[in-house]
Amino acid sequence: MAEIHGTAALAHQFDDPEQQVEASTLGMWTFLATEILFFGGMFVAYIVYRMSYPQAFAAASHHLDIILGTINTGVLIGSSLTMVLAVYSAQMGRRRGQILFLAATLVLGLIFLSIKGVEYQHKFHEHLVPGAGFQFIDADPRHAAIFFSLYFAMTGMHAFHMVIGAGLIIWMARRAWRGEFSPAYYTPVEMLGLYWHFVDVVWIFLFPLLYLIGRH
Amino acid sequence: MSVVAERTVASQARPPRRHYLNVNYGVRSWLLTVDHKRIALLYLVSITLFFFLGGAAAVLFRLELLTPRADLFEAETYNKLFTLHGLVMIFFFLIPSIPAVLGNFLVPLMIGARDLAFPKLNLLSWYVFIIGGLFTLTAAIMGGVDTGWTFYTPYSSTYSNSYVALTVTGAFITGFSSILTGLNFIVTIHKMRAPGMTWLRLPLFIWSHYATSLIMVLGTPVLAISLVLVALERLFQLGIFDPRLGGDPVLFQHLFWFYSHPAVYIMILPAMGVVSEIVPCFSRKRIFGYTFIAFSSIAIAVLGFFVWGHHLFVSSQSVYAGLVFSFLSMLVAIPSAIKVFNWTATLYKGSIVYRTPLFYALGFIGLFTIGGLTGIFVATLPIDVHVHDTYFIVAHFHYIMVGGAIMGYLGGLHFWWPKITGRLYPEGWARFSALIIFVGFNLTFFPQFILGYLGMPRRYAAYPDEFQVLNVMSSAGASILGIGYLIPLIYFFWSMRYGPYAGANPWDARGLEWTTASPPPTDNFEYKPQVSQSAYAYDEEQKVG
Amino acid sequence: MFEDLPLFPVRASTFAGQVDTLYFFLVAMATFFVVLIFGTVIFFTAKYRRRSATERPPPIHLDMRLEILWTIIPLILVMISFGWGASLFVHMSQAPEDALELRAVGRQWMWKLQHPSGAREINQMHVPVGKPVKVILASEDVVHSFYVPAFRIKMDVVPGRYTATWFEATREGEFHLFCAEYCGTQHSGMIGRVVAMKPVDYQRWLTSQASEEPIAVSGERLFQQLRCESCHQTTSNEKGPTLTGLFGRRVKLESGESVLADEAYIRESILNPHNQIVAGYRPIMPTYQGQISEDALHQIIVYLRTLGRAPEEKNPS
Repeated sequence: MAEIHGTAALAHQFDDPEQQVEASTLGMWTFLATEILFFGGMFVAYIVYRMSYPQAFAAASHHLDIILGTINTGVLIGSSLTMVLAVYSAQMGRRRGQILFLAATLVLGLIFLSIKGVEYQHKFHEHLVPGAGFQFIDADPRHAAIFFSLYFAMTGMHAFHMVIGAGLIIWMARRAWRGEFSPAYYTPVEMLGLYWHFVDVVWIFLFPLLYLIGRH
Repeated sequence: MSVVAERTVASQARPPRRHYLNVNYGVRSWLLTVDHKRIALLYLVSITLFFFLGGAAAVLFRLELLTPRADLFEAETYNKLFTLHGLVMIFFFLIPSIPAVLGNFLVPLMIGARDLAFPKLNLLSWYVFIIGGLFTLTAAIMGGVDTGWTFYTPYSSTYSNSYVALTVTGAFITGFSSILTGLNFIVTIHKMRAPGMTWLRLPLFIWSHYATSLIMVLGTPVLAISLVLVALERLFQLGIFDPRLGGDPVLFQHLFWFYSHPAVYIMILPAMGVVSEIVPCFSRKRIFGYTFIAFSSIAIAVLGFFVWGHHLFVSSQSVYAGLVFSFLSMLVAIPSAIKVFNWTATLYKGSIVYRTPLFYALGFIGLFTIGGLTGIFVATLPIDVHVHDTYFIVAHFHYIMVGGAIMGYLGGLHFWWPKITGRLYPEGWARFSALIIFVGFNLTFFPQFILGYLGMPRRYAAYPDEFQVLNVMSSAGASILGIGYLIPLIYFFWSMRYGPYAGANPWDARGLEWTTASPPPTDNFEYKPQVSQSAYAYDEEQKVG
Repeated sequence: MFEDLPLFPVRASTFAGQVDTLYFFLVAMATFFVVLIFGTVIFFTAKYRRRSATERPPPIHLDMRLEILWTIIPLILVMISFGWGASLFVHMSQAPEDALELRAVGRQWMWKLQHPSGAREINQMHVPVGKPVKVILASEDVVHSFYVPAFRIKMDVVPGRYTATWFEATREGEFHLFCAEYCGTQHSGMIGRVVAMKPVDYQRWLTSQASEEPIAVSGERLFQQLRCESCHQTTSNEKGPTLTGLFGRRVKLESGESVLADEAYIRESILNPHNQIVAGYRPIMPTYQGQISEDALHQIIVYLRTLGRAPEEKNPS
């Protein structure tokens, strides 16, 4: 299939394509810095409470499904791999590769979200959703409830970022289909890649903190 | 070209045929603009409306405070009024003010660029600001919120019967406006400087906006997540901050102040940047200590992230933490002191021209000095134990926010008004209102230092009789201050139609923004500027490559 | 009118004079700098006013010595302020061991005071002059703050934990008590007064109060009612550590860290016993969360203090 070379669309405020690429890259990294601080607030809250109530947190953590969590971790790391390959395909000008790998990333992302949904459903049935119906017998229920509040807040916020990422992947795949990217211009794919890797890295921190307390 | 007198010869100063204001007309051309200059004006209109809303709330509660009894409003209404005042003034006026109006307008011009790095993100930031504002206004109209702008838990998360979740959602949304603006400035300043515009040739206005942007980008997300957690707790009875559910109310205070302390530097650094532009221009000489002022802006931004615990000295925070935060808070005062001395030294052996922007800048220097010095008072632990949550604190931050930031904003508005509109404002009325503002401000807030040390707590609708005289003085000052703020509103409007044409550089200032027409064309410059001079080269003619 | 215009709060505690002296130092320093800056700015602005349209100011060069000078001098001054303030603050944070302990509970929108003798007051606190008084603070709902301007003391009252403050009154009189942390609708109504009396008058006032059981006696009664002795006996056994002589001692925990057995520790041990297990014991103590009121908790703590007190180690708590 003939390679379709995209046009390096130069926005009017930039003087040359290099400036545009550098600006986009710096912009995305700055945005990711804000995201680190955003998630960081919740991590701080989590760490403070875990240090205050280690026993309740360990007991609560054991109710998380470590198998599903591990599968999900593998799925997400795999999706980062497919995303890297998508960016590489764009860099090499391979339109089919771009679309294929973006689709694979999307599929893996959706698998992650589905498994997460299954986990949430389990928690609902086990009466582990904080609020009126919460029940916990293995330790102080109030402090276990804090664990679950933070669990839902943190994984929920993470999932929300993944949903946004999924939407961006669909958009990017459309643009790839229309041949907008080429070795001369593939910045948007690269930026999406950075975003997706960041979402992956957040999970790399969430998983051990939430799922692996006291499991030797 | 010498500094012009009040009236300019009209024909020499006529604006170009096409500029950013008349390049197209109609509501759509404004609401869908990506021109940073038009977006700056969209912000100008919005924040002015919010300013008068927040000011109206203040007028109302200062009326209540004329008498010791809570006899004008119900206690709950009073509480909602001071909450509205704080929320609107901080999130919808002060934080955007200079960066979103003057910064948006001037950053590309000052560095020789055609626009910011991400013009569409810039427009998005205004829409996000408006949407957040609408959420908060809706909450206010539906009945408002009575938690104070600080939303301390568990009162806000569990006990208050007001529209907390709706209001914090509004504040959360507006935070993104700040983040987008900061992100845009950082990338623009790094990547879009004209040839020859090295970091050490940048105007200090740019340095201070860069430092401000660092804070906006790194601090605001922490406020965002704190507000999300409060909203979640309120809506789903989670127990993160509620002690009855095992939570820690003081954790909220830490998360909240981790942002809200750096936020105060978001509010003052841009004003310091404005002063750094005005003083050299009207002294007709280079600024004293350029590098020191530039790096002290960065120092303030960095150090500002490490002092939040000084809001928690009596919160049950440990004594050790108190000592650390007190020490660091002392350090953060030093870069500000350095700036004040450098500005003062710039006046030495200058050739000083008396114009309104300079009066505002000098007012800033004086009042910020008072406000900043009282910061040392409250960083001193036993003093803060006594004056925390009293009117001493209220006076301290108003000296900085109003005596400092707002005077900086007004000074900047007057200084760059000719560039923005192509017209001159009336100098006589401008000086008059500056004087009214200065007098009204001091009468409002100086008595509050005394009230605070006497022990009058803040957020009180009623107070012991012996505090009345000082409260009456303060309320009288507030009415004068209010009038002072209304006058510029009138003459700025007037000037847009009847003000004399200003010409490209009515002040004979240095800086790339003065080398292009007033008002500037949409793409800012006819030719890409080439920079070969350092900033504030008042001893040379302005060179444009 | 001006006789009613107070400009300075009364000094009614040992802290007040010390805090005020530091305050005056700061006022003097601030006044000096304000006058210096205002004066210099006005002087320069007047003296160097542009005289002619072609006037050119002489070039001024960077003066490193000046920059260093006006960095170092403010730095020294703020460090003096820090050091002075820090040492006074540490002193203000350490209540003497023999302080009279009162208990203050804040709730929307009132203060409830209780003396060790059991006497209770609402929005009022009688104290003896010339003796250190420690106030243990608790909240029943939101965050409040216990503020007595005349004593220069303030401490937040936080739900879910104990805080404390102390003072020694130096003169008789009535002084304002304010809630200083916004706590809802009637925040400005959450005020009261502190009544300082000569010790002999204070005693007389105490005995004139409606006879209430002393707090320690109520505590002992509760201790027996709740069957605490079944595990906590006068000598340690496998079930639970002894509580005699516990108060004020450092306790070694299973986790390896050692904590001070103060009011907060005892409260946590009763409400969340599994959080801090004492080294060598198993987590078998049931929690009393939800079964015991704040008042009752306080009574037990006061009772436990009477069971012999170890000499309290000197550290800021």
